[in-house]
Amino acid sequence: MPSTSTPKPVPKAKAPPAAPTGPVDPAPPEDVSEPDFLTQLRTAHGAAIQKVSYWVGDWSVIVSLSSLLDVVKYLRDAPDAAFDYCSDVTATDWPPRDQRFDVIYCLYSTRHRHRVRIKVHAAEDEPVPSVTDIWPAANWLEREVYDLFGVNFVGHPDRRRLLMPDEWQGHPQRKDYPLEGPGELLMENPQDWLRLRNIRDEAEIE
Amino acid sequence: MKIEAPRPMFDTSELVLNMGPQHPSTHGVLRIVLRLDGERVVDADIVVGYLHRGIEKLCENRDWSQIILLTDRMDYVAAASSNLGYCETVEKLMSVEVPRRAQYIRTILGELQRIASHCLWLGTHAMDIGAMTVFLYAFRERELILDLFEEYCGARLTYNATRIGGLPLDIPPGWDKKVREFCHIMDSKLGEYETLLTHNRIWLDRTKGIGVIDGPEAIAMGLCGPTLRGSGVPRDVRKDEPYAAYDEFDFEVPIGTEGDTYDRYLVRLEEFRQSLRIIRQAVDGLPEGPIVGKVPRLIKPPAGETYHAVESPKGEIGFFIASDGRSTNPYRFRVRPPSFCNLQGLRRLIRGHLVADVVALIGSIDIVLGEVDR
Amino acid sequence: MVDTLVVPLLKIIILLNAVLVAVTYMVLLERKVIAWVQSRLGPMRVGPYGALQPIADAIKLMTKEDITPTRADRWVFTASPIIVMVPALIVFAVIPFGPEVELFGRSVPLYITDVNVGLLYIVSIASLGVYGIILAGWASNSKYPLLSSLRASAQLISYEVAVTMTLVSMVLMAGTLSMVGIVESQREAGLWFAFVQPVAFVIFFIGGLAETNRAPFDLPEAEQELTGGFHTEYSGMRFALFFLAEYANMIVISCVAVTLFMGGWLRPFPSVEALGFLDLVPSWIWFLFKTFVFLYVFLWIRATLPRYRYDQLMHIGWKVLIPIAIGNVVVTGIAKVLL
Repeated sequence: MPSTSTPKPVPKAKAPPAAPTGPVDPAPPEDVSEPDFLTQLRTAHGAAIQKVSYWVGDWSVIVSLSSLLDVVKYLRDAPDAAFDYCSDVTATDWPPRDQRFDVIYCLYSTRHRHRVRIKVHAAEDEPVPSVTDIWPAANWLEREVYDLFGVNFVGHPDRRRLLMPDEWQGHPQRKDYPLEGPGELLMENPQDWLRLRNIRDEAEIE
Repeated sequence: MKIEAPRPMFDTSELVLNMGPQHPSTHGVLRIVLRLDGERVVDADIVVGYLHRGIEKLCENRDWSQIILLTDRMDYVAAASSNLGYCETVEKLMSVEVPRRAQYIRTILGELQRIASHCLWLGTHAMDIGAMTVFLYAFRERELILDLFEEYCGARLTYNATRIGGLPLDIPPGWDKKVREFCHIMDSKLGEYETLLTHNRIWLDRTKGIGVIDGPEAIAMGLCGPTLRGSGVPRDVRKDEPYAAYDEFDFEVPIGTEGDTYDRYLVRLEEFRQSLRIIRQAVDGLPEGPIVGKVPRLIKPPAGETYHAVESPKGEIGFFIASDGRSTNPYRFRVRPPSFCNLQGLRRLIRGHLVADVVALIGSIDIVLGEVDR
Repeated sequence: MVDTLVVPLLKIIILLNAVLVAVTYMVLLERKVIAWVQSRLGPMRVGPYGALQPIADAIKLMTKEDITPTRADRWVFTASPIIVMVPALIVFAVIPFGPEVELFGRSVPLYITDVNVGLLYIVSIASLGVYGIILAGWASNSKYPLLSSLRASAQLISYEVAVTMTLVSMVLMAGTLSMVGIVESQREAGLWFAFVQPVAFVIFFIGGLAETNRAPFDLPEAEQELTGGFHTEYSGMRFALFFLAEYANMIVISCVAVTLFMGGWLRPFPSVEALGFLDLVPSWIWFLFKTFVFLYVFLWIRATLPRYRYDQLMHIGWKVLIPIAIGNVVVTGIAKVLL
């Protein structure tokens, strides 16, 4: 039986949420006191520090790119900080921002058992100094960040792709890289690419 | 036994040997390109990425609860530890309190997982060096643990065993009795492994003095877990930054002295015993109560980012998760895999050793390629 | 005529067949024993409890495609497995399975022949097998089999010296090179020589493990993963010959050890009258039983021990076993003069 009543109103499509423009990096609350090494860092390299943040028990310090090596070397060598263990080097991609990459260094001290995160903002091709001389652990970690994000590390002893094949184009973990992979974007003629790669592999093995 | 490099009499060129991705003893798809001078390894280039599935990017497009399934598949040998690490990180982000009963059961699962992973390590390491029987004995015990897990969550390898806020299921009735029985069996079997290997002259010859690295250098190289502890560094996330219910239990962290393969072997062997100790304490003191904390139906942590680490059998597995507060997926999901960081130390460990030691060293650092490549 | 032609011919035919069957069943025995050590069952499908497995293996190997690399040296490639297998078989000619027994009204010795330099014959013929290994690696025309075969042959030659030294001490003990003579001298002494010469026994056994490329000295075999063993390029029946030659060598070493050290066909405690009832068991059964015990120990060791690295292997052969073996000869010689 045909309905003559008015159809239910179609709900207006909600506007999609705006893309986040950057990490929140909340400031430390009033009742939490800064750890000693942070106070000393402010004294030693106060100009380098852009922001100190505290969230769910983690301290992070945003420093300027130019003074990254100094800050990091200080943190490793200062007796109160003694961050001798580089837990992780990673990056986050915030595309709307000018300096789209957040390169994050998670450091740990085996002596004092405290952690800190150092963050720097880097634009797409902006050179980021490599911390491999300070912690050899950062070798592969930075290689992976270069491979998946395309962060331009300078001074790295072995800057090659790590997880992706050597001749891959593009940096997969960026937000504008499709999840399903490049598809036709990657190669004009897949047969050529395969043939070239086979020739190179054979030459390598011989 | 000290082997001296021969003085060059003729002009010899170095041989490049490829231990390709398909290889019986590389524990997965790992490719090592060795540069040899005669039999000695001059340098090694380790090529990974054959098992790269893009888990991090996948997780950034999945629900917070769906990601638990994906964390199983990274370190597929010790899936419960990755599950636990992820759930704890999200709980830290959301400041959710997990009830005590759930903490205890998570600890039991974590320690059972540690024993299972070490069983696999022991079996494959011994088999690579030639003692085939230990492989089957270790897997026999691993089967017992897998049966326990199957009874708990229905799966033998990819458990999906924790949820954000607690656990999906309570333990079935009689499970704790079975766990106690298992602990009892495992104690006697450990004696078997020790008899076969620990004082075996051939085992000592093959593992003593191989891959020596001292404490400060190991820390700088980023090694973690038993690989680091074998060099005398008392670093264990369970003691340094306690999580789950570890601060309530009494256990020791074994550390080595020389930093060679034999010490790493002894460290892991002792970890078996300490895990059994923890499990017994946990099972005996299991409190009553709910198994899931107060968690909203739709999980949306407030905006922020955090890094949290747990001690998986391979080492410190860290999760760096950033949430933007409004979508149902994490904005950034990053795993800091222990096997990845240990594997980059392999290049330094191999130098100067013979080709036959390469397999011993790969076994000694205990890697899982699923975790290295993600 | 019958005694000089027909009987030895019959013995040869019986022995060859028995050895070949024994060698194929050694494969099954190894799989079964190692499986039982590892708390599993081994082959169970073919035949009752897997007893027909060797037949399935033989059929498989015989019907496999016979691949010869194009640039391999064809004649040498074909000849190498034969050069490895034949010495292992012809050594059995001097191994005494028992004393003279009465069969069909004539006195038949349970060995094909008793050469009065039997031990020398064994040592020299067994060494010929090394040629086959070197030629196999050479004929494959490939880098890695060549290196691996040179390594395997170096291992064999090194341990050959230590083993021969122990045999020299046994000759000093027995006073004769003839295999039957050595067993007779053990009967006269009323004691198995293993109790008199324990050092020689142990060295012989360890050297035997290394000679046959068995664990813990099987790195040339296990290194197939890395550089390819000397039999990489072989498939089908030729590969089978290498394999069977290895097991035949194992049986040879066991038989020689039994003859020299464990009293050959003698029953335990041959001089003790009270155990005379043990004589009900025929002598050759004792021999086979003792050989079987030896083979079982070979398999047991393979299942249990890890393997040595190549340089450690050579170190043991040259710097440990040979000095001890030489010392043993000296001590035996002095003792023989004084006693």
